[in-house]
Amino acid sequence: MTSIFRRAYFFAIGLFLSLPLIVVAGVSVNQKQTLAFPPQGFSLSWYGEIFLNPEWRNALFASVTLAVLSAALAVAIALPLSWFLWRRIAPWANIFQLLGVAPFTLPPVITALGMLTFWATVGSYGQPWTAVVSHAIFFVTLPLVTLSLGFTSIDRSLVEAASTMGADERTIFRTVVLPLILPYIVSGYAFAFVLSLNEYIVAYMTVGFTVETLPIKIFNALRYGYTPTMASVTVLFVTTAAVIFGLVARFGDLPKLLGAMSTDGK
Amino acid sequence: MRREPPQTPGDYAPLLFPAAMLTIFFVVPFGTMIAVSFFQRQQGGFYTPAFVFDNYARFLSAFFGGVLGFSLMLAITVAICCVVLALPFTYMLTRMSRKVQVVWLVALLSILSLSEVIIGFAWSTLFSRTAGITNILVALGIMAEAKALTPSFGAVLTGMVYQAFPYTVLVLFPALVRLDPTLTEAARTLGASPLKAFFTVVVPALRNTITATLIMVFIFALGSYLLPQLLGRPQHWTLSVLITDQAIYQSNMPFAAAMAVFLVLVTLGLVALTVIAGRKGEAA
Repeated sequence: MTSIFRRAYFFAIGLFLSLPLIVVAGVSVNQKQTLAFPPQGFSLSWYGEIFLNPEWRNALFASVTLAVLSAALAVAIALPLSWFLWRRIAPWANIFQLLGVAPFTLPPVITALGMLTFWATVGSYGQPWTAVVSHAIFFVTLPLVTLSLGFTSIDRSLVEAASTMGADERTIFRTVVLPLILPYIVSGYAFAFVLSLNEYIVAYMTVGFTVETLPIKIFNALRYGYTPTMASVTVLFVTTAAVIFGLVARFGDLPKLLGAMSTDGK
Repeated sequence: MRREPPQTPGDYAPLLFPAAMLTIFFVVPFGTMIAVSFFQRQQGGFYTPAFVFDNYARFLSAFFGGVLGFSLMLAITVAICCVVLALPFTYMLTRMSRKVQVVWLVALLSILSLSEVIIGFAWSTLFSRTAGITNILVALGIMAEAKALTPSFGAVLTGMVYQAFPYTVLVLFPALVRLDPTLTEAARTLGASPLKAFFTVVVPALRNTITATLIMVFIFALGSYLLPQLLGRPQHWTLSVLITDQAIYQSNMPFAAAMAVFLVLVTLGLVALTVIAGRKGEAA
């Protein structure tokens, strides 16, 4: 393809992808409580609002807590599973790999509704910790896929060498496997963290009436009174995601990670 | 250390926690949902255990048929738009330097991870009368006065294409990276223009990938639950929106569950099709 055409096409796609974000960024610096674009006046007070207004601050706190814990739980589920599948020959255990990928492949409403009926049946509906478990299951796919990929890239002869020299299973895991798999743990955690931060429907159906996460708060603000804080939170979210994925790319092999993600998991 | 079958029961220990978590918190909830779909609804938002097909019988109404038809049509349109836009984009992206690729991939991932709430909010702002693109057109003198472009079908479609585009690129990316560059080189040497080489060599070589991607984006679009609500009118609501609406606002869990089970069946059927398409791709 010719270079001019390519440039024009990439510019058009780039514009399409960034236009909503440019407008939202513009709206977020309005001086008064209006969603005007181009912005009227300039003020960063709507960014301050996220941290100063108790409602928004609580929502931010709830979202970050949920994301930190659920991503950790997702990794805790994915790590032993993918290690076992790499270490042992047990074809039937692949069923758990499939179960781990399923929630992410099905439309999110399904997982959300399944969780809602489940928590309602066991009587824990609305407890904050149910959202952590629900998100961990919903996003376990991401660490599972990155970790499976990570394990396949480990040279088995390294492990064999350690074993021949007398290291037991535990020592091998700690001194050989863990350092090699660590980048994949980090990127799996990062993916799950960012997606949990942004997730709406599962959180809404499990704890929507007791806890307000940021996406739920934005949705409620959309219905009951617009405020430029919605825009500043959006900018904050996009920046956070870009920084985290940028770090993953900086310290890991992003094209490879994505190249295998789609063949492996999806 | 070679892979070996588990020797002692102790070797299964690492499997214990993941297996328990996935069974208790995914298989059981899924089963609960299927069970609830056969339950009898009580007035006031509760339901009692029963085994009735009433919830499924409601599918046979014209209203439900309309919603289903619209959902499928919308998802197909989104899938086609995304693949048509993303295929040349991804193809050219894979031919760029690694640095440029990484920048684009980070941007695409950031947009992909965005909450539907945020995408809906961003586009409703962009399509609004006070802050929308029409203001730019007015400033340029193309339009007489600013007007709202939402709610409308076009707004729903745009929002959903925006949401699914990064996903489409990431699904196409691995296949296009592995595409043998000598294929197009040969076509070029034999005198084909770049455009002709793309359509006569790249596209046919990727036929199965394209089919699989279409289906995957279709499933992805089928899952969109907020954009039709935020950018469209009630007649633009999809099955996903309807499920949320029945579960939360109408408190009719059995009917919502029945619709969800139905949606699972549609999705699983499509996943099976993707797998078959993928198998054919490997054989070829």
